[in-house]
Amino acid sequence: MVFNAVGFYTLLKKEVMRFWKVGVQTVFSPMITTLLYLLIFSYVLEDRVNVYPGVGYTEFLVPGLMMMSIIQNAFANSSSSLIQSKVTGNVIFILLPPLSSLEFYLAFVLAAAIRGVLVGISVYIVALFFVDLSLDHLGAILAFAFLASSVMGAFGVIAGIWAEKFDQIAAFTNFFVMPLSFLSGVFYSINDLPEFWRNISHLNPFFYMIDGFRAGFIGHSDVPMSFSFAFVLGFLVLLSVLALRLLHTGYKMRS
Amino acid sequence: MNSASSHTSVPAISIQGIRKRYGRLEALKGIDLDIRQGEFFGLLGPNGAGKSTLINTIAGLVRPDGGRVAVVGHDTVRDYRAARRNIGVVPQELVYDPFFTVAEVVRNQAGYFGVRPDPAWIDELLGALELDDKRDANMRQLSGGMKRRVLIAQALAHRPPIAILDEPTAGVDVELRQSLWTFAQRLNREGMTVVLTTHYLEEAEELCDRIAIIHHGEVQALDTKAALLERDTRRSLEVVLEDPEAELPESVAPFLAERDGVHVRLQFNKDENSPVALLNRLQEAGVVVTDLQTRSPSLEDIFLDLTGEQLAPEEVT
Repeated sequence: MVFNAVGFYTLLKKEVMRFWKVGVQTVFSPMITTLLYLLIFSYVLEDRVNVYPGVGYTEFLVPGLMMMSIIQNAFANSSSSLIQSKVTGNVIFILLPPLSSLEFYLAFVLAAAIRGVLVGISVYIVALFFVDLSLDHLGAILAFAFLASSVMGAFGVIAGIWAEKFDQIAAFTNFFVMPLSFLSGVFYSINDLPEFWRNISHLNPFFYMIDGFRAGFIGHSDVPMSFSFAFVLGFLVLLSVLALRLLHTGYKMRS
Repeated sequence: MNSASSHTSVPAISIQGIRKRYGRLEALKGIDLDIRQGEFFGLLGPNGAGKSTLINTIAGLVRPDGGRVAVVGHDTVRDYRAARRNIGVVPQELVYDPFFTVAEVVRNQAGYFGVRPDPAWIDELLGALELDDKRDANMRQLSGGMKRRVLIAQALAHRPPIAILDEPTAGVDVELRQSLWTFAQRLNREGMTVVLTTHYLEEAEELCDRIAIIHHGEVQALDTKAALLERDTRRSLEVVLEDPEAELPESVAPFLAERDGVHVRLQFNKDENSPVALLNRLQEAGVVVTDLQTRSPSLEDIFLDLTGEQLAPEEVT
């Protein structure tokens, strides 16, 4: 058996059903939270901030908020699923079968990507009631949504493998994912920052996800879209290699 | 059952020199063991003996420091897919996925093994385990006994030729224990190799063809139940005397193991003595015996002798 397609599909379906069965918590709630950001920030800043010429602040803000929700939810999906399975012991059900590291990894990352993109789409649909959104490059939007959610799904897999307790995952979320996503240019252009902070922002991988994704909507970006694409793709490859290595060695999964 | 089980000359499970160390604890010290296809095999040992580590090594959950395991000839590391497809493991802990129903978890488990959904087989499994009316119940709603049955259904969902039951009756009530025994015996009659780990001697005596006694990470004994019992030549003769003050003759006194008034227990080697000879000596000395009983060693005696430990008391609920 070169690829256990049935096993991969079953695990993917199970991971998707896992979040879908609690959709109010995993899709609807993040959408509402993002909507609150949208209402508050757009109301306060719409007439005060002009990031790019000819682009309203709300139009600038929405893609950033979409990507922020994609990032946070994709990470939450794979990391929480793995840590729950490990803590409750039911991870054994997916360690006993003949699933390769690649099948295991792809199922978790794809399920995380699906949740991330679903939340992103739901935010987009609701945002349409508040602002006219242009679509400058649909292909870029889809590519960045998929790549970014996959990166965060992979990161969630790594965190889920490493963590032994729920609060370790909470630490990942609160001290890494949340700050980096908030400080990645969701609410502002990094070109408006002092040089030091602008340079620091260039080290933040979430910045490239948001900048490239937003460029797909408004046609403006802080760095060339191709550079952002290469950066995010490279980051995905790096995390994938690390996650596959951990799974292959059985790190903290097989004793 | 899987076609692999037709090659009966190949052991169902072959364990060669398996070693596993956790820090300073040597959990498995070079275990060698062959489990034949179609047999009901018991792994007996006290808590912490290494039974679960051995089971988890076979299942691929534990990576050994040395040695190899093959399942129906398939190496569990190099050919892990084929090896794992041939075994179904019922874990010791009552673990479950709280997001899904009984039917969903059983279907999913088959799918992970690369088996497409077979509603007829799932119906049969749920029926045999008396879970029909619970198929759409969420796992959280089930009692402990029901969850235990679902674990068995999950282990068999992909129709493996070998079932490994790790302490399946720990903490279950007598009725469920009996029904699980019946079910395991039925699987074995239908050709399935069943490996049972337990610390209930009664379970091992009732079900197993061969038994391995594991202690401190080593196989202390491996044989049929009858042969294990035959190893011990000790026998007991328990007599009730008429006179509580009666003195035992010198020819019998060396065999005294216990005395409580009229109740006397004599212990002897069956190759050197017989209960009739001891009774004759008592009679010749004028000691009147009103009742008697002979006793052969039980598996528990053998176990105690080999390990120096008693098995944990039964946790019947």
